[in-house]
Amino acid sequence: MKASVIVFPGSNCDRDIKISLEKFGIKTSMIWHADAKLPKSDLVVLPGGFSYGDYLRCGSIASKSRIMKEVITHSKKGGLVMGICNGFQVLVETQLLPGVLIRNINLKFICKNITVKVTNNKTNFTSKTNRNTVLEIPIAHNEGNYFANKDLINELEDNNQIVLQYCDSAGNITEQCNPNGSIKNIAGIINKKGNVFGLMPHPERASDKLLGGMDGSIIFKSLK
Amino acid sequence: MKLQVIVTLKKDVLDPQGSAIKSSLSNMGFKNIESLRQGKTFEIIVKEKDEKVALSKAKEMCEKLLANLTIEDYSVRTIKE
Repeated sequence: MKASVIVFPGSNCDRDIKISLEKFGIKTSMIWHADAKLPKSDLVVLPGGFSYGDYLRCGSIASKSRIMKEVITHSKKGGLVMGICNGFQVLVETQLLPGVLIRNINLKFICKNITVKVTNNKTNFTSKTNRNTVLEIPIAHNEGNYFANKDLINELEDNNQIVLQYCDSAGNITEQCNPNGSIKNIAGIINKKGNVFGLMPHPERASDKLLGGMDGSIIFKSLK
Repeated sequence: MKLQVIVTLKKDVLDPQGSAIKSSLSNMGFKNIESLRQGKTFEIIVKEKDEKVALSKAKEMCEKLLANLTIEDYSVRTIKE
């Protein structure tokens, strides 16, 4: 499998993702946002960070950058796309994923380990997990509060598009363990077609024992 | 021609920043605020003499970049200098 990690001005998790992907046998190239051509890739990763300083709306300016036209074409052809944190914000701004990510309800930047439940393990990104597995992965964001109208939420539920939900360590999805105010405790969703995945937690920060946890590695192992 | 674009959150979208500002104002003694919503304004000067054309360009800018129509509404007007 070959992956391309898109680097925007202000991306800061790009190299961590490359290390994680390569650790699990995925050959990875770094692609600058102003490039016009995406090399042949099975997977495109939009990394975390603060692309364009989060100006206007998080991810909005990155979503209009030159390489994104190629990323959109890649996804329309069925290629895999994964957006982590700021990458998830870019994906909703390009409308490759529905809904939006707004300011955390407590107005604070939250940087801590949280637990998420894998509520859909039948995806290209979670296939190596068991359904309802609880993963401990860090989050680090200011705008991770997933918002969508009722109809869209119903649609996401009906199509099994909600992949990760914030939960307690026993796997209960409660209001107390919702860090940012996301509707339905949403931490990660997939598109209808099943090839575009966005998530706020950082699996690349939990893919090495030295970093204090390995739970994120299951996402990289699932990629196929 | 000078244009003003105002982008506001749609009614049913939560505005945590607006609520924080409202409660701060209320703590400062402004007790009669019923509701407060935060938005953004943009001032754009375009090389265009035709007001209709300028406004329609500004609308296009809103729909393509300045506003996220999932959560935001926008309005555009010209400003006389």
